[in-house]
Amino acid sequence: MIATLFSVAFFAAVVRITVPYALAALGGTLSERSGVINIALEGLLLIGAFTSTLGAYFGHGAITGVLGGVAGGAAFGALYALLVVTLRGDQIVCGVALNLLADGLTRFLLKATFDSSSNSPRVDAWGNVGTRLIALTVGLVALFHVVFYYTPFGLRLRAVGEHPEAAASLGVKPARIRWVALVVAGALAGLGGAWLASDQRQFVAGMSNGRGYIALAAVIFGSWRPMRAAAACLLFGLAEAMQIALQAAGVGVPGWAVQMLPYILTMVTLAGLIGRSHAPRALGRLDRS
Amino acid sequence: MKSLLPPAWAFLIALAAASALIIAVGGAPLAVYRLLLAGTWGNGYGIGQVLFKTTPLIFTGLSVALALRAGLFNIGAEGQLTVGAFLTALVGMHAASLPAPVAVTLALVAGALGGAFVGAIAGALKAWRGAHEVINTIMLNFIVRAVMVGVGAHLFEREQIHTAPIAASAELPRLSRWLGALHGSAANASLFFAVAVALAAWWLVERTPAGFRLRAVGASPAAAATSGIVVGRVQLFAMALSGAVAGLVGANFVLGYKHYYEDGFSGGIGYMGIAVAVLGRARPLGVVLAALLFGTLSQGALAVNAVVPKEIVDVLTAVIIFSVAAASPSVRRQLVAAARLEARA
Repeated sequence: MIATLFSVAFFAAVVRITVPYALAALGGTLSERSGVINIALEGLLLIGAFTSTLGAYFGHGAITGVLGGVAGGAAFGALYALLVVTLRGDQIVCGVALNLLADGLTRFLLKATFDSSSNSPRVDAWGNVGTRLIALTVGLVALFHVVFYYTPFGLRLRAVGEHPEAAASLGVKPARIRWVALVVAGALAGLGGAWLASDQRQFVAGMSNGRGYIALAAVIFGSWRPMRAAAACLLFGLAEAMQIALQAAGVGVPGWAVQMLPYILTMVTLAGLIGRSHAPRALGRLDRS
Repeated sequence: MKSLLPPAWAFLIALAAASALIIAVGGAPLAVYRLLLAGTWGNGYGIGQVLFKTTPLIFTGLSVALALRAGLFNIGAEGQLTVGAFLTALVGMHAASLPAPVAVTLALVAGALGGAFVGAIAGALKAWRGAHEVINTIMLNFIVRAVMVGVGAHLFEREQIHTAPIAASAELPRLSRWLGALHGSAANASLFFAVAVALAAWWLVERTPAGFRLRAVGASPAAAATSGIVVGRVQLFAMALSGAVAGLVGANFVLGYKHYYEDGFSGGIGYMGIAVAVLGRARPLGVVLAALLFGTLSQGALAVNAVVPKEIVDVLTAVIIFSVAAASPSVRRQLVAAARLEARA
């Protein structure tokens, strides 16, 4: 058993599970630090998985697939930005509605495009894009750490998330920063969706399967910081892979108990019972500027 | 009359979006809508099915609306109704020796308590630790889902994803027993119960001291606190109440239709409750009417499925929610109050 946990296959399983969490969580961190709650991560992952499948299927290549996922996610990120930043719709209501739209629209288009209510045909064009996406994910985590803490944009982003009025008085445009944050967050989640689609070599209806909410949990458990959120994703991925390995080995750990772990950890963190979590102060507030 | 305008606009915008999508896949919007109407309000069976699908939406819509009146966002109706409906079935299974009114009442009380328990967890964390109820209710939905896998392994029928049937004394009669025209539809007596709960919710919120405190906290927590209201206690009460109402959903599916609890029976009606509450502007009458609209769409989806994919209705629903959330001033006022509460916490 111990040998299993140090095997290459186990390590690969951890990475496989972690990548989409990490990409969506990066997007979540970005939008939440700008002051916008992003419940829509789940829907953005799903949209990305679908548009990347379209890209890979009709473009006959992994590149078009990845671009499709990023573009689809960014487009729906822009829709979310239009609703909550420009039209000042409620972030929770619009996030829930976007998830509903993503689920309904992908199923609708799946039937319209591939005449199936469950999955797309197998897409072989993906090739071995996986390793590159893993490297890209690691690079993006590092990049976002730098962007957050060592660039003018990062400073403005954090300022807008803490105190938009003060930021605005210094000439920063909160609405513009939030637009950028939400579109990029959509693109990142879309990339996460592309990972899901390439990993399974097809689109399956509802394939995001709650991963967006785990990513949201990781954002909070990682106290709204890119590196820590990614580390939280790795922890959740490790727990999940361990549960699968233990189950396969017939060791008596009930899977459902392990499944609850990310959610319980998040609630405990949020209640301030371990460490001190500090949410962006303007998070969820309607933008009055 | 003026207050009806925003929802009406939202509906028109959604129709336009849906029409564009139907045309995009080569369909004729008008023909689709005619089919939708014929399959819902066009015959007795359709009407019955609409009422059957409206009933749970009244519960979940009221659940979300009650929390919203206190300035809280309950996204956890899905988890709350799951626990509630399961407990309703569990009590119903062991009610064989009881007279019908007692059996039904006990089963529903169990459902309400189960839902209230799950809601109260988020309410307590909000009241004591200032923890965001939106995140916590989402987390609780998934915790409940995981727990039900564990519970199901022990309590479901062998090789099945549902419990044993409830006792006959706990069953609610179908409406077709009195109204032959509804024959074959699953509409049952829980519809009257849902409407009664809506009336009770109106009375509670508008006519009782507890309801006044609820509204006061929803309007301005700071002002409520100044006037001596214990804001945390009201928040806990509101979330427990909200959960209790969601927990009553089992009346429709468990007591009135299948007569057992089945894994995944909800199919997202907890989340639909948010749409119902927002469109109904968090008022009981509005919630009942909005539930009727979404109940119609949900049944209508099946009627049009042969011509366009039935998910067109999900798109329609999402666009309705977008339009109301972004356009309706009164909803926004309600939500601003909620947001202000966030800012304070």
